[in-house]
Amino acid sequence: MPLHFELVTPAKLVRSEEVHMVVVPGTEGEFGVLAGHAPFMSTIKDGALKIYKTENGAPEEIRITGGFAEVGDAGLTVLAEHVDG
Amino acid sequence: MASLKELKGRINSVKSTQKITKAKQMVAAAKLRKAQAAAEDARPYATRLAQVMASLASKITVSENSPKLLAGTGSDKVHLLVVANSDKGLCGAFNANIVKAARVKAQELEAQGKTVLFYLVGRKGRPVIRREYPDQIAHMFDTSDVRYPGFNEAERVADELVAMYEAGKFDVAHLFYAKFRSALVQEPTDQQIIPVPAPKASMDSGSLTSDAVTEYEPDEEEILAALLPRYLKTQLFGALLENAASEQGASMTAMDNATRNAGDLIKKLTIVYNRTRQAAITTELVEIIAGAEAL
Repeated sequence: MPLHFELVTPAKLVRSEEVHMVVVPGTEGEFGVLAGHAPFMSTIKDGALKIYKTENGAPEEIRITGGFAEVGDAGLTVLAEHVDG
Repeated sequence: MASLKELKGRINSVKSTQKITKAKQMVAAAKLRKAQAAAEDARPYATRLAQVMASLASKITVSENSPKLLAGTGSDKVHLLVVANSDKGLCGAFNANIVKAARVKAQELEAQGKTVLFYLVGRKGRPVIRREYPDQIAHMFDTSDVRYPGFNEAERVADELVAMYEAGKFDVAHLFYAKFRSALVQEPTDQQIIPVPAPKASMDSGSLTSDAVTEYEPDEEEILAALLPRYLKTQLFGALLENAASEQGASMTAMDNATRNAGDLIKKLTIVYNRTRQAAITTELVEIIAGAEAL
């Protein structure tokens, strides 16, 4: 089952897609989110999100600053103030 | 009566004015579409952040230990009015309406014995407020070096506001901008931004209203403290976007009116011109005939 992942900045919705896993650099340590993760909220350190499209594929990295992650029934939503690339 | 040459000159000058207003109207229409799209794009972030804020705010109680941005400074002596205007004119009463709303509020607050300070964003509001409150302008934020005020500007304004707030320069901040209703209607709006009013929890089934217990990392209060300045930025950004759309809408309407007015004026002047011309011809003919008869 894929994980629904959304990356949102104040200017626009950057990503909205189904992925396998996302590794988020939380303020209290990195955490990976797979589908069916328990509801969870965390602030994010400035750093790179690692997005695994498939289980064994190479991760895609997106650098974000001023971030905040929220995991709910609908999937993972990352709010970021700035996104590079 | 004006001479033929004078009339011709006036018709031509009105015609060139009409060309300018028409061009500005079309430019505004194109920019309005763009501004509306930008406002549309900003909505997902704003709604999500508001949802998060609402669910966090409902979980903690406001006490003295709460972040100052939420709880306030404990007094409401000094009010800061943040007035967002445009940098360019040719948009009818757009700027005047915003400034008027701010002035009414300022008078009301001063009548209650409060101190009022101004923080001006954009160029067009400056002269009016500087004339009336010369010593009460805390800062004038310049947006004329960027084409469209964006999130970076909102961020800088928010940072400055928070710094001023933490330095104890003011207790309450209100934001004045024009809310975009349609190209015809822009509503000057007064919104309190500091202390941050707790967003109301919406009833729609967002991802946050699930019954499962949400875990927080770090705890609720720390997340809230981290999110408050961001929420402020988002609100300012939203206001700037609304303002941009309103400005273009107002400009479009004003320029449409101006173009139509110029058209009417040209029509009237042309009639006068033709009448004068005919009168001149008739007079000449009468003179020639009278001359011929005299022979």
